Amino acid sequence: MSVVDHNAIELAPRISEADVADYIALLKPRVMSLVIFTALVGLMMAPVHVHPVLAFTSILCIAVGAGASGALNMWYESDIDAMMTRTANRPIPRGRVTRPEALAFGMTLAFFSVMTLGILVNWLAGALLAFTIFFYVVIYTIALKRWTAQNIVVGGAAGALPPVVAWAAATGSLSVEPLLLFLIIFFWTPPHFWALALFRSDDYARAGVPMLPVVAGPDATRLQILLYTIVLVAVAAAPWPLGYFDAVYGVTSLLLGGGMLALAVNVYRRREGSQALRATRKLFAFSIFYLFALFATLLIEVVARAIAPSIW
Amino acid sequence: MADKQEPDGIVLTEAQKKSRRRRSIAIALALGVLVVLFFAVTLVKGPAVLTRPM
Repeated sequence: MSVVDHNAIELAPRISEADVADYIALLKPRVMSLVIFTALVGLMMAPVHVHPVLAFTSILCIAVGAGASGALNMWYESDIDAMMTRTANRPIPRGRVTRPEALAFGMTLAFFSVMTLGILVNWLAGALLAFTIFFYVVIYTIALKRWTAQNIVVGGAAGALPPVVAWAAATGSLSVEPLLLFLIIFFWTPPHFWALALFRSDDYARAGVPMLPVVAGPDATRLQILLYTIVLVAVAAAPWPLGYFDAVYGVTSLLLGGGMLALAVNVYRRREGSQALRATRKLFAFSIFYLFALFATLLIEVVARAIAPSIW
Repeated sequence: MADKQEPDGIVLTEAQKKSRRRRSIAIALALGVLVVLFFAVTLVKGPAVLTRPM
């Protein structure tokens, strides 16, 4: 005789106690804030006047699309999220939201964000947003993340697309400037995430995610961080001599790049004990500031040019 | 007159009722924002609302 009534278990519907905050957590609000900021810069840099209502609509759709990607990422990765300290508190591993609920939530937001951007703004932007969501969820999360140590190199393209989508929303076309913004974020992603992976490598190893420090070891990762940082600094400064961005941006980019490079060298040199840990944490924290400050410089220039074109 | 009957089926707890209410309000607000957005863009674009660059 069975003590447990299996029929009762199977038939009993699960009543959700998920709060709005749990669904907001599925959107990855911190990632979303960076997406909103970089998209805003892409939109403001466009050489056309965009009506504030359309600008707001574009940024909102891009933000919701990014949130949808986050929810679909958490839907697929709930098993490894439960094994990692950094992600164990996410809504699905905590049992607040079920996987089907997260999937439905993510798909609904993805559908509405793409359709709204396409219908209200333009279909190039809508298609690019759909591609961004597809790339993040299918190419990065499902195909690459558990398969190759180059996961975040290729996957970085998804995080780099928001300013391109915003530019397309403003102009209805593409140009060199948004591609430069794309390249900056693209080459920023590996040093940023590998710095995180260095001090979270135990987490990734436990979850079986083939991040570079797990597969190739910390020293190889330190070298890759340094090499990608050199490329990043060059790519971020290049728009100045090429004539796309002006000297204020160029000098700021070189100063910030110098800081980023110094920290990457420090990570490369300090390989043991608490000093090594401190060096990677510093690089990780500075990399966030670096990208924010670089894009803030571009934003300030655009605003200053609009307010006082004669002085600028 | 018959006594008040106990409800059949699933009875939600207070916590479940509260969270469901908050989720419903959030969905209503999101739909409201969507309606206002479409209305505002229609005003901004005027008759050209359906004319968009590809």
